[in-house]
Amino acid sequence: MKPNSFRWCCQVILGFILMSPTLSIGQENTAEDAFSAALSNLKAGSMQERGQAIEQLAAVQKPQATTVLQALLDGRLFTLKTDGQLVIGEEIETGYKLTDAKSAESLGIVERSATQKITVNNSLRTSLRKIIGRLQLNDDDSAVRLAAVSAMGKSVDDQSLAMLRGHLPMEQDESVQKAIKLILGQEQLNSADKTVRLAAIDLLKEQASQNVVNRLNELVEKDADGHYLEADSDVRNQAEAALSKINSQLQMYAGIETLFFGLSLGAVLVLAAIGLAITFGVMGVINMAHGELMMLGAYTTYVTQQLMPNHLGLSLAIAVPAAFIISALTGIVIERGIIRFLYGRPLETLLATFGVSLFLQQTVRSIFSPLNRSVATPEWMSGTLQINDFLSLTWNRLYILVFCLMVFVLLLQILKRTRLGLEVRAVAQNRNMAKAMGIPTGRVDALTFGLGSGIAGVAGVALSQITNVGPNLGQAYIVDSFMVVVFGGVGNLWGTLVAGFSLGIANKLLEPYAGAVLAKILVLVFIILFIQKRPRGLFPQQGRAVEG
Amino acid sequence: MKKLSSKLRLLGIAGAIATLTFTAGTANAEDTIKVGVLHSLSGTMAISETTLKDTMLMLIDEQNKKGGLLGKKLEAVVVDPASNWPLFAEKARELLTKDKAAAIFGCWTSVSRKSVLPVIEELNGLLFYPVQYEGEESSKNVFYTGAAPNQQAIPAVDYLMNDLKAKRWVLAGTDYVYPRTTNKILEAYLLSKGVAKKDIMVNYTPFGHSDWQSIVADIKKFGSAGKKTAVVSTINGDANIPFYKELGNQGISAEKIPVIAFSVGEEELSGMDTKPLVGHLAAWNYFMSIDTTKNAAFISQWHDFIKNPKRVTNDPMEAHYIGFNMWVKAVEKAGTTDSDAVQKAIIGVEFPNLTGGTSKMLPNHHISKPVLIGEIQDDGQLQTVWQTNKLVDGDAWSDFLPESKPIIADWTAPISCGNYNTKTKKCSGQNF
Repeated sequence: MKPNSFRWCCQVILGFILMSPTLSIGQENTAEDAFSAALSNLKAGSMQERGQAIEQLAAVQKPQATTVLQALLDGRLFTLKTDGQLVIGEEIETGYKLTDAKSAESLGIVERSATQKITVNNSLRTSLRKIIGRLQLNDDDSAVRLAAVSAMGKSVDDQSLAMLRGHLPMEQDESVQKAIKLILGQEQLNSADKTVRLAAIDLLKEQASQNVVNRLNELVEKDADGHYLEADSDVRNQAEAALSKINSQLQMYAGIETLFFGLSLGAVLVLAAIGLAITFGVMGVINMAHGELMMLGAYTTYVTQQLMPNHLGLSLAIAVPAAFIISALTGIVIERGIIRFLYGRPLETLLATFGVSLFLQQTVRSIFSPLNRSVATPEWMSGTLQINDFLSLTWNRLYILVFCLMVFVLLLQILKRTRLGLEVRAVAQNRNMAKAMGIPTGRVDALTFGLGSGIAGVAGVALSQITNVGPNLGQAYIVDSFMVVVFGGVGNLWGTLVAGFSLGIANKLLEPYAGAVLAKILVLVFIILFIQKRPRGLFPQQGRAVEG
Repeated sequence: MKKLSSKLRLLGIAGAIATLTFTAGTANAEDTIKVGVLHSLSGTMAISETTLKDTMLMLIDEQNKKGGLLGKKLEAVVVDPASNWPLFAEKARELLTKDKAAAIFGCWTSVSRKSVLPVIEELNGLLFYPVQYEGEESSKNVFYTGAAPNQQAIPAVDYLMNDLKAKRWVLAGTDYVYPRTTNKILEAYLLSKGVAKKDIMVNYTPFGHSDWQSIVADIKKFGSAGKKTAVVSTINGDANIPFYKELGNQGISAEKIPVIAFSVGEEELSGMDTKPLVGHLAAWNYFMSIDTTKNAAFISQWHDFIKNPKRVTNDPMEAHYIGFNMWVKAVEKAGTTDSDAVQKAIIGVEFPNLTGGTSKMLPNHHISKPVLIGEIQDDGQLQTVWQTNKLVDGDAWSDFLPESKPIIADWTAPISCGNYNTKTKKCSGQNF
């Protein structure tokens, strides 16, 4: 009891001591001088000095100081190489649009190379976030206040607590109030008063977050000697009840998360395999260069991004049809130039296409260098869709999942509804009969192979967003692609879809228990056993592959 | 079909002629000293090793401009082991027997070095190995110019423990010999520092792993238990981009859970979208951003040689720079390129490194180097946030593994052994 109340007193006193310089400087009329001094300190010196300058800036009560700190955090604070003037830059197409850091005057546009960025390290970044949070606590916008409170809640210290406590009565917005209460509630668990602690648990139970779980766990844990850390059994029981309620929620969220991980891995597998489902599944060509066609798609994304560096989103949209066309054309050239001489001889096709894959890899190596190329991710594809503190879904995976389904539906429609699709199916079912009916089988072969290759290119665009764009991109996916197609049943698009998703989910279910390496092996073993039982996969179909 | 096969044959003949003329060209000149360059120019490892081949060509070129060595010109013999481990051994044999290379500079992965070792020992050649590695090895014929674990991994962990106050540890690595041995050493080290077993999470992933969702989610859960958590990553090159992307997407910032990497340098960063990586850490013995006149000269020399001002320099390049110059000094000292004489002469040779210190070749065939920790910047450079105040001597056999604790390597008389047990006073003869 005693030490707790003592600690609380100390915290309050400390809080005021720490806050006092802020107040006193604000009162004096030297704010302007302090501001310029802090700014010049920011420019020179080591990280430590820079940290002190940040503290000084925080003490200056001016809105421009907050702007400077925010710019520093975002990496938008520069010095001009010519005269060392401190400026804030905004990135535009031709360079940086500058404003003076001190007076906020506009200074026009300069080239990127004319500026030197003021860098920060991790510890400075952490303290910047906290300080900006404090400065923004009185902002007019409730969203800004909410962000400020959550920034302060990330690393709670006495000064922040004192400020939050002081701010709470003035706060009008309900969600901000709630967020503050949550942070203070965690602190109240340290209270000497049992009823305060019980009330805090009641409050926290309703708004479960990872921090809350950690704090509650501390209440029910024993120390090294076997004594409970929390002496009072009422509080302990209450905490345990709260924990068990939260834990059942947690388990459900963990289940949803695993399912999502599985589906998104499945979506990547389906995307990689679906082009192969056409070339291998429908035409029966073992195309070892399939992975390299995906690689071409990924490099197309890189090139379009290089051509329009300031329109990331648009370049991605253009990359999709561009990748389709490039990979499809390459596919048609491969089919007309090599594969058509080898129909009915799967072994030789395999070797020839393997050669093509090496050829394509080395070509890319010669043109783009063996190094990986960096493909940027547009803003709207990064980050997470935060559903609550325990469940968040990453945007890029969500987009890829949707994209995969779109490609699948589109492909299905092409095969079902178009003339080309009809011809493809006819040739796949019975080549001679189709020929007799006047279908130009050679042309259909080329177009089918082109279609499958084009889809591989489109898959490459998606892959460029989650993995390396390098000459070896294709190799990483070729085995998986074949696995999915064989498992799903050769010649069946639906089979590919189901197989991709089920393999993805199986992999993600196994991974936590077996580890990534073993999970992959187990899935492979399962497929081998499955193929023994059902050699034609999940959904066997009649086709040329069956005849052969 | 007949047509096609005859065409193919023609191609084959053309290829054979091309190789013949190439090898003939290199085998002719007698008045040169041959330097073997054994780096993969194709296959998976080409991404890292091609740069080192270019570095060697630049260094040899530079030496020739200075008048060569012992009055003779140096001649680079470049072979391509194509990221194929047995082929490394074959090519090494070729370099030593056919080309009579005075020294070989090469290898990247530990497995390639291990496959070259028997050949190099049998034929008594010299190999300079420029990459950070797992230690537990000291061969009479190999000089390790990259970092041993005590020159990279251990100081990095010290930094996280003392400066960032990390209490919980994730050791994440690709599933092969370097990460496994390094993590074994690190785990023993952490346990010796009083870290509880439950506060260490070890995770291995296959080469080129690209789906990091559940592992990153696990790290996030592991790291949200209230104690400061750090990730020590021995994840191999290619798998890093999806790893960091996933970290960024799941909102794990460097401030929350810092990741320190041992295999991510400037070269790897140049192929990445660095936005999600800013603030994460890397431990090396050299950064391109180091501000010394020697480094500035090296960078501009590199840019002139490669004719691309955007190319970066990295740690293994510096290792080759030091290694090559030490070899040159040793040959000058010995007055011959004879393998035994150079092996003897090179021990104790000093050469200024690019970070402002002077590295020295130690009796255990490792060199002394500074250890630097840097934060990744959004321009793909590493900015030093911490460094050792003096050079650290490379230790071949880790002191933190019970089985290798009593073992030392010392290639000077009277020990002259790569695996000498100080307790039993015996040389096991098994150097790797």
